[in-house]
Amino acid sequence: MTALCEIRGLSVTYRGEAAPALGGIDLDIHAGERLAIIGESGSGKSTFARALAGLLPEGARVAGHMRWTAGSSPQPGRDLGFVFQDPTASLNPVLTVGEQVGEGARRHLGLSWKAAHSLAVEMLEKVRLPDPERTAKAFPHQLSGGQRQRVAIAAALACGPGMLVADEATSALDMVVQAEIVALLGDLVGAAGMTLLFITHDIALASGFADRVAIFRKGALVEAGPTRAVLAAPEAAYTKTLIASHRDLATPPLIRAVAPLIRAVAP
Amino acid sequence: MTLLSAESLAKRYAGGGVTALDGVSLHLSAGETLGLAGASGSGKSTLARVLTRLVEPDVGSIRFAGEDWLALSGAPLRRRRAKMQMVFQDVLGAFNPRATVASVLEDPLRIHGIVPKGERARAVAALLDRVGLPAAYAGRSIRAVSGGERQRIAIARAIATHPALIVLDEAVSALDVSVREKILELLVTLQEERGIAYLFVSHDLSVLAAVAHRIAIMEAGRIVETGPTARVIADPQSPAARALVRAVPRLVIA
Amino acid sequence: MRTMRRLLATPEGATGFAVLALLVLVALLAPVLSPGDPLRIAGRALTAPFSDPAFPLGTDRLGRDVLAGLIHGACTSLAVGLAAAAAALAFGLCVGLAAGFAGGRVDEALMRVVDAFQIVPGFLLALAFVSVVGPSVPVVVLAIALGAWADPARLTRAEVLSVRERDYVAAARVAGMHPAEIAFREILPNVLPPVLALSAIIVAAAILTEAALSFLGLGDPNTVTWGSMIAEGRNVLRSSPWLSIFPGIALVVTVVGVYLLGEGLTRALSGRREEA
Repeated sequence: MTALCEIRGLSVTYRGEAAPALGGIDLDIHAGERLAIIGESGSGKSTFARALAGLLPEGARVAGHMRWTAGSSPQPGRDLGFVFQDPTASLNPVLTVGEQVGEGARRHLGLSWKAAHSLAVEMLEKVRLPDPERTAKAFPHQLSGGQRQRVAIAAALACGPGMLVADEATSALDMVVQAEIVALLGDLVGAAGMTLLFITHDIALASGFADRVAIFRKGALVEAGPTRAVLAAPEAAYTKTLIASHRDLATPPLIRAVAPLIRAVAP
Repeated sequence: MTLLSAESLAKRYAGGGVTALDGVSLHLSAGETLGLAGASGSGKSTLARVLTRLVEPDVGSIRFAGEDWLALSGAPLRRRRAKMQMVFQDVLGAFNPRATVASVLEDPLRIHGIVPKGERARAVAALLDRVGLPAAYAGRSIRAVSGGERQRIAIARAIATHPALIVLDEAVSALDVSVREKILELLVTLQEERGIAYLFVSHDLSVLAAVAHRIAIMEAGRIVETGPTARVIADPQSPAARALVRAVPRLVIA
Repeated sequence: MRTMRRLLATPEGATGFAVLALLVLVALLAPVLSPGDPLRIAGRALTAPFSDPAFPLGTDRLGRDVLAGLIHGACTSLAVGLAAAAAALAFGLCVGLAAGFAGGRVDEALMRVVDAFQIVPGFLLALAFVSVVGPSVPVVVLAIALGAWADPARLTRAEVLSVRERDYVAAARVAGMHPAEIAFREILPNVLPPVLALSAIIVAAAILTEAALSFLGLGDPNTVTWGSMIAEGRNVLRSSPWLSIFPGIALVVTVVGVYLLGEGLTRALSGRREEA
């Protein structure tokens, strides 16, 4: 697999903070792969995503470099799509859904109003929203959380970027919707041959569809490699802890007895 | 012994638009954990708020600790609230930003006269110790404490009045995985020690599989399936239950 | 207090605080700095400023000392401005709290009253009130407050509506806290910061309104205020402009000082709120 981006010694320190949010990250991103960045809160995974996309806040100090094989950094919107965690906050409440999905296309591809609108409707259909024509005229608050995230994905993919970064894109959604969105992302990315960078705190979720995983902890890269290899034979202690503390339906319950314990309750 | 029983609860919001609850009935025994699972919009949070009287139902009845729960109001209701407490999802928003850890824990002790004034500091220290936090935390501002620690304080606040039932509304959903496990262990231990019943609302079945004796599945404001946890998970009958079971990510290793 | 420290850390807050501290000091020490009645005839009429050491800022048409007028005027202007702002804020807070809490028809009724007061320009309302009732310091204070209370009321209500839905208010209810205690301990302290930030603008506007009322001859005739001094100087504006310019400068400095303090306060408080 050809490398899309080589990251060496990437460090990020936010303005007004003493300690760096990210320290000395060395990682390659391969073209067309699904890479999952896994970490808990404070691990620096979101900072990493934003550094890649050029979305760091003003005053953030960046050290190290990111070498893109294309030559220059990808332009957000055109070469790189970004999906944020909270679809309520990432969509503009006063613009219709269709306008927001078509916005990027108008700016980057120079499409006319009408062409952008048709593209928007097409994208809404691609993200499997019912009745795309009507949905395009709706406002974000009229849609459910899961539907809003689909709109956000449509907006991110409108210009046909080569790379999609999903920063905890499913963390604010309930389990059922999460599974649907993950499946949708997998299909869209696979069909277009895009590179997917999926940021998450859920190692099981990542294991279901990522080709490679990179484990972050407190701003440092702990371990990276093909998913099967890392999960079957983790080298770092932290990775082992993450795997061990994962809980699914097969994990034995914490409650001891099956029936409730009947105790006298103080009046 | 049935601690809580609700019959045909219904709630409609603003101008007859959204039906949040559509005839919900359930029962809970003392010392038991009933898991309430469902997707967003299934009505589980509304049900939690109706049971804790944060929101009044349009119709229906609730019996709690042998009394007509909905008939209470004013001072008698406030007194009885000691027996039913709640832990919220939003670890930041669940506390007055100006509060200190001590004030958060003293409030319920003071309101319900659990201990005389002179003993409150000691009672606060005891509560902190029970949830695994150092007594020195008492003086801290609530904002100077991490997410997992805040949830422990929320649990300490909930057990301060010796409740018979605690309603937990997505209490671990916003926490890191490792922290989540510790909080669940704490809850189970407290239940064994004190015989507290839990009504645990969650969209994540794996959390309920860990702590619930029985599970009720909600969809569109109704309970569509109930049963012992192991059975519902191993053999889900309703489409909603099946979707929830399928949705839990499994660690794919091999 | 931490907020105080943060306030003084910002350049605006520090400057504003310094300016206002100086003014308050001058106002409080007025009888010491300039003993005697400022309205008495002290010397020759229309002495130019910086010419006679006895009257550093000159005298007016009747021979009254301009500097004495400025010093005593500070007292009146600040006192009236602060009192009127305090009254407007207190009343606005009460109405806003009541409306936000009660909801339903009480809320609607109160908001229509607020609407009525907001529609009429504050200055005209104050003008009309003083004209009808008669000029004296308490009346002027009340008149200015009448024109200024509607904005804090609306802002308070909006904050209450927002804070009311937070989980910690729900937690307080579940804990069995009495509604009055919830209102004063959980809601009110968290509603105050934006209203306090507004207070600076209200004080500044109150000081200017008082000056304008005095300028129009509707202030208390027995006290000297910067507005009345400007009005006095209007008659000899071409020949002796300093009579109006000095009190004018005093007004500008005061209002800018109040405004800067308000900016600093907003910054200090907003940083705090972000943490929550």
